[in-house]
Amino acid sequence: MSERATITSLFEQVAREQQRKLSPLSDDLRLLESGLDSLSFALIVARLEDKLGYDPFDTAESFPVTFGDFVRLYESHSR
Amino acid sequence: MWLWGSLTASGAPPSGCLLGALARIDLANLAGASSLGGGLEALRGRSVLLAAGDQLTAALALIELDGVARRMVLCPPDLSAEHAPAVMRDSGADAYLTDAGAAAVPGLAGLHVSSGPALQALGLTRRRSHDTEWILLTSGTSGAPKLVQHTLASLSSAFNAQEPPPGPVVWATFYDIRRYGGLQIFLRALHHGSLVLSSAAESTADFLARAAAAGVTHISGTPSHWRRALMSGAAARISPRYVRLSGEIADQGILDSLHRAFPRATVAHAFASTEAGVGFEVRDGLAGFPAALVGAPGAAVDIDVTGGTLRLRSAGNAMGYLGAHAPALKDSDGFIETGDRVELRDGRYVFIGRGGGVINVGGLKVYPEEVEAIINAQPGVRMSLVKARRSPITGAVVTAEVVLVEGAATGAQAEELLKGEMLQACRRHLAAHKVPMSIRIVPALEVSASGKLVRPDA
Repeated sequence: MSERATITSLFEQVAREQQRKLSPLSDDLRLLESGLDSLSFALIVARLEDKLGYDPFDTAESFPVTFGDFVRLYESHSR
Repeated sequence: MWLWGSLTASGAPPSGCLLGALARIDLANLAGASSLGGGLEALRGRSVLLAAGDQLTAALALIELDGVARRMVLCPPDLSAEHAPAVMRDSGADAYLTDAGAAAVPGLAGLHVSSGPALQALGLTRRRSHDTEWILLTSGTSGAPKLVQHTLASLSSAFNAQEPPPGPVVWATFYDIRRYGGLQIFLRALHHGSLVLSSAAESTADFLARAAAAGVTHISGTPSHWRRALMSGAAARISPRYVRLSGEIADQGILDSLHRAFPRATVAHAFASTEAGVGFEVRDGLAGFPAALVGAPGAAVDIDVTGGTLRLRSAGNAMGYLGAHAPALKDSDGFIETGDRVELRDGRYVFIGRGGGVINVGGLKVYPEEVEAIINAQPGVRMSLVKARRSPITGAVVTAEVVLVEGAATGAQAEELLKGEMLQACRRHLAAHKVPMSIRIVPALEVSASGKLVRPDA
């Protein structure tokens, strides 16, 4: 599965668990307007580390603002 | 010392204002007007539970009731209805305050006053009759809050001795002012300028826009608040002179990110706890604190590290806990053990977590025992260990390891089913930040010679 597909499915899974309504995941969607809270993002990042084996936030220069930023942060780390 | 008295000590009315999401109050107007309807005198000498949801309403009540009430109990907005009656009992509260229009709260008793973020001119005269106790709530092992007893003097000690910042100051805080970190900012702002209050109903971007419109110069939050602000893409709207972090470990990553986002600001991280008060503030941009602070002679705060744990003694310490079976707060030397573990590296102490396994999720404490109690009550569970996992978003998240009763589940599918039931039980009984993000079935957990679970430093 691609990073994008993995990330998308985890956003959907965590939104269900946290009973939050998730906005459609387009690249220009602002993360804080996605319907998820900080705890949800913390869960997504931890589960991505379990699945992909890395946490790109450790070395990130800046925090992702949009969903597209978030996906690129993981894609650029894996390359 | 009383709050209204110190705000008007110069003889002039206070010049600042409080800016809520929906209303603005000029402090000078409090001279002859009240937010409490006619309730001010009725609350004199009482122990009052402040249970308003709105921060501005609570802020006004704090100003009006200090020196008037015997006690003010500052309920955070997320205090559960389940725990409210115990808080009322343990604080000896005989009155409570809610938002205007709110109904009486089941389980609460005594005089009910409703209040809102608006002032009514009553021609009243403010007068001090009591040394009001300020009671703050902090989470306890069992999930029920502990009541921590402060006074205005103990809450103000960290900034009373300091010179006020030069020039006009507009504070903003992501914190709720009913928690220690937010209350510190509230009291500073009252004495030094104005304050922009956050609102739970408002997005981070909208709050920052409001702070920018008010001309914010000083702003405070936890590292998790700040990570969220940076993720909002709206941080560039403000250009503060001073950026403060407290309430969680400030790691080098978040300090560097804030320096990049606010190159003209002093980025300071402070150590404080509800019980021990403010320990110190570090302004050199580096994580941890200089070892020279420990045992420094003549300091306003005595800082000590014993057995790798930070201990503090100062006029900012709380007096004690309230309640029938409250534990002692201070040791025989008058120090308060903070529970925070530190390690000396190259002349600096760095925070490595908390003793007793206590987990800090985005500034909110989680006691492993309260989560383990829920898991252990599930069928098929022998024992469990709840611990922290590092998170770049909230500092930490909660995970659990579980030992099953022999034969409780055979095969991966049966184990998954049991794990699902444990998680459902946690979601039913616990706040979202306390629910483990994952559960791992393990063959055994380490138990010490004294029969206790061996807990890693969280």
